[in-house]
Amino acid sequence: MDLGFSAEEIAFRAEVRDFVAKNLPAAIHDKLAGGHHPSKDDIVTWTRILAAKGWGAPHWPVEWGGTGWDAIKLSIFTDEIQRGHAPESLAFGTSMVGPVIATFGTQAQKERFLPRILDLRDWWCQGFSEPGAGSDLAGLRTKAERDGDVWVINGQKTWTTLAQYADWIFVLARTDSSVKKQEGISFFLCDMKTPGVTVRPIQTIDGGHEVNEVFFDNVRIPAENLVGEVNKGWDYAKFLLSNERNGIARVGVSKARLAKIRRLASLGVYGDKPKMDDPVFRMKLAAAEVELKALEMTQMRVIAAGRTAPKGKPNPMSSVLKIKGSELQQTTTELLMDVVGPYALPYQPEQGDRWNEPSVGPDWASTIAPTYFNTRKVSIYGGSNEIQRSIIAKAILGL
Amino acid sequence: MDFDLSDEQKLIADNVARLMKDKYGFESRKAYGAAANGFSDELWRQYADLGLLGAPFAEEDGGYGGGAVEIMLTQEAFGRALALEPYFACVVLAGGALRHGATAQERAELIPEIASGALRLALAHAEPQSGWNIFDVKTTAKRDGDGYRLDGEKGLVINGDSAQKLIVLARVSGAQRDKDGLGLFLIDADAPGVTRHPYPTQDGRRAAEISFAGAKARALGEPGQAGPAMARVIEDAIAALAAEAVGAMAEAVEMTTEYLKTRKQFGVAIGSFQALQHRASDMVVALEQARSMMYLAAMSTSETDAATRARSISAAKAQIGRSAKFIGQQATQLHGGIAMTFEYKLGHLFKRLTMIDMSYGDADYHLARLGEGDSLFD
Ligand SMILES: Cc1cc2nc3c(=O)[nH]c(=O)nc-3n(C[C@H](O)[C@H](O)[C@H](O)COP(=O)(O)OP(=O)(O)OC[C@H]3O[C@@H](n4cnc5c(N)ncnc54)[C@H](O)[C@@H]3O)c2cc1C
Repeated sequence: MDLGFSAEEIAFRAEVRDFVAKNLPAAIHDKLAGGHHPSKDDIVTWTRILAAKGWGAPHWPVEWGGTGWDAIKLSIFTDEIQRGHAPESLAFGTSMVGPVIATFGTQAQKERFLPRILDLRDWWCQGFSEPGAGSDLAGLRTKAERDGDVWVINGQKTWTTLAQYADWIFVLARTDSSVKKQEGISFFLCDMKTPGVTVRPIQTIDGGHEVNEVFFDNVRIPAENLVGEVNKGWDYAKFLLSNERNGIARVGVSKARLAKIRRLASLGVYGDKPKMDDPVFRMKLAAAEVELKALEMTQMRVIAAGRTAPKGKPNPMSSVLKIKGSELQQTTTELLMDVVGPYALPYQPEQGDRWNEPSVGPDWASTIAPTYFNTRKVSIYGGSNEIQRSIIAKAILGL
Repeated sequence: MDFDLSDEQKLIADNVARLMKDKYGFESRKAYGAAANGFSDELWRQYADLGLLGAPFAEEDGGYGGGAVEIMLTQEAFGRALALEPYFACVVLAGGALRHGATAQERAELIPEIASGALRLALAHAEPQSGWNIFDVKTTAKRDGDGYRLDGEKGLVINGDSAQKLIVLARVSGAQRDKDGLGLFLIDADAPGVTRHPYPTQDGRRAAEISFAGAKARALGEPGQAGPAMARVIEDAIAALAAEAVGAMAEAVEMTTEYLKTRKQFGVAIGSFQALQHRASDMVVALEQARSMMYLAAMSTSETDAATRARSISAAKAQIGRSAKFIGQQATQLHGGIAMTFEYKLGHLFKRLTMIDMSYGDADYHLARLGEGDSLFD
C-alpha cells in the first residue's frame, strides 16, 4: 500500500498547475474565482487553449485526440482544472456524446464530429430529460419515426443545459412503443438549426439562464444521424452516464471553494474579529475538510479498483462519490453563506461582461447566495441522490 | 396553558388568510413585485382598512390595542403568500422603535399615520460593518439647534428605498460598539444630505444602502438611551420573522405533499416511495418544532426579565433557522428540477426562508449565544 502519489504523478500535477497558471487568461480566472459563470466565449477560448496543447479531451482514445493518460493522471488533471478556476470542458461534448460516437458511431460520424468537439467548434447539449421523464428516464415520450431516409422527431425535452448556445443536441427518442420501455429507445444527433427545433429559456431560482426547454415539431433529420443500432439507445445512454463518473465527485471544485472560504473568512468583514476566529465556524470548516479528504481518498480507491475491473461494467461505488461529492459542494456553499452573513441579501444579478462592477456590500458578496441556491441542483441532476441511495441499496447491499 | 385565540384574533387571522387567498396567488405576486417599489399600494391600503397596520399598537397611541399575537397571525399569513408589502419594515421594525423608544407624544403623532396607511417608515439601524451586532453603530448624531445632524452609512435598510421617512439609529456618545450612547432619529427619506442606493434583495423585496452627510433630523425619545429599546425592537422583529417563517415552511410542506401525490415517475406517484414519505415526515417534525417556538417567541416578547426574554428569543431563532434550512432544502430536493425554476413558488419560499435565517443572527449565532448562558430550563 502506498497512499502517496508517485514522483511522476507529482511532477504531472505541477505541470498541469503551471500550465493553467500561465495560460488561463486572467480575466477568466478572476471571473470564475469570484464565483461568476463563464460566458460561452470564455469556455470556447479556454477549450481551444487546451486543445492546442493536446489536452482538449484527455480521456479520449489517442487516435481521436486523447492523451493516453491513466485514470490517476486524468483525475489529477480534472482536479487541477477545477482548483485553478479554469472553465471545465463542455461535458456534453467531451464526456457524453464524444465517447458515445467514438465507441458506437460510424467512421463517418467519428470523422465528422469528434474533431469539432475537441476544439469546441460544435457546442453540444444533452436532450435526455422530459417533463414526464426525469428520474424515470426510460419513460421518455419524444418519438422518432422513419420516413424514407429521414427520421421525424416530435416531442419535448427539458432542463437542457446551455441549449441556448448549442449547435447540436443528442436526443433519446422512442422508436418502438410496443416493447419494454428500455428496448424501444434510439440515440440521435440533431443539428439545432433544423427546422422545427425551438429553444425556450427556463430561468433558475438564482435568476440565471442555464437551462431550457427544447421542442421538436416534425424535425426531420437524416438517417445517418442515428447512432449505432435502432432501439439500442438505452445501452448507449447507460454507457454515457457511466462515463460521467470521471470527476462526478467534483473534489477539485470543493477544494477551490474551501480555499476561497479560508481566504474570505480571514478578511474581517463584521465586528472586531474575522469569521475565522469563530470556533463554531472553524469546526464546521474542519468537518468539511475531513469529509473532502476522505472523499478524495475514496475517489482514488475507486479509480485504482477501476484499473483492474472489467471494462464497461458500472461500479456502484460511483454512487458513493456522487452522494458525498454533491453534499460537499452544497456544504461549502453553506459555509460561504456563514462568511457573508447579512450581506447575502442584496440581489445583484450577473450582467454578462459587467460582472466586475462595484457591488453592494463586500465586493465578493454578490455571488454567494445565488451559488448556494443554484447548487441545490447537484443533488437533483446526474441521478438524484435518492436514486443513488437506491443503487447502493441494491447493487452494494443486495437489498 | 392556553393556545387559543380570542375572537378578535381569530377574526384577524381569518381576514388576512382570506385576503391572501383572494389577492396573493403566485402570479399576482409576480405582478406586485414588478412595481417600482416592489409591492402593491392597493394591498397596503387594504391592510390599513382591515386594521392590520394599527393592530399591534396600544389604543392610547392610536392603535387598536393588540400586540405580538396580532403580529404573529398576520406574519404567518404573509409568510405563506410571500407577501411583499412593507409590513415588517414599517409596522414591526419602525413601529417597534416607536413603541419601545419614542415618547407618548411622538407615538400619538406617528402611530395613527402608520395605522391609516398614510405613512410608510423604515428603520435604518444596521451598518456595513455591524453584522448582527445592533449596537455596532458608527453613524453619529450631533446636536444642531433644536435638531441633530446625521453623518454615516446605513446598510440593508429593508424597504428603505420607498419609505417616506426613516428612523435612524445613531450614536450621540461612546465608542463604536457601546450599548450606551445611542439615539433614534426621524428624518424625511428625501431630506437634503440623505442619499439612497436602492436594490432588490435575494428574496424579491427591496432594500437600500443609505448615507447621511450632515442630514438634519429630529430626535425620538431621549437621545443616548435607545440601546435597550433597540434590543426589544429586534426581539419583536425575531418573533415576527419566526411567524413569517412558519407560514412559509407550512406552505412549502403543503406544496411538497401535493407534489408527492401528483408527480408520477416509474408509473406511480413519487409519494409512494417510502424514502420520500419519511423525508416529508421529517419536514413535518421540523415544522411543528418551529411552530412551537414561534409561540414561545411571541409570548416572550412581553416577558419582563430581559435575560429570560433574550434566551427564549434566541432559542426560537435557532430553531426557526434550523427548521427553515431543513424544510427549504428538502422541499427543493423532493420536487426535483421544477424547484430550481424562477417561475415556481417553491424556490421563492426557500429563498425567503434562507434570508430569514440570515436576519438578526443565524441559527449558529443564537446557539452560540445560548451556549454562553444559563440553561433554558429551571
Ligand atoms: C440545473 C439542472 C440542469 C439539468 N441539465 C440537464 C441536461 O442538460 N440534460 C438533461 O437531459 N437533463 C438535465 N437535467 C435534468 C435532471 O437530470 C433531472 O432533473 C433529474 O433526472 C431528476 O428528474 P426530475 O427533475 O424530473 O425529478 P423527479 O424524477 O420527478 O424526482 C422528484 C423527486 O422524487 C425522487 N424520486 C424519483 N424517483 C424515485 C425513486 N424511485 N425512489 C426514491 N425517490 C425517487 C427524486 O429523487 C426527487 O427527489 C438538469 C436538471 C437540473 C436541475
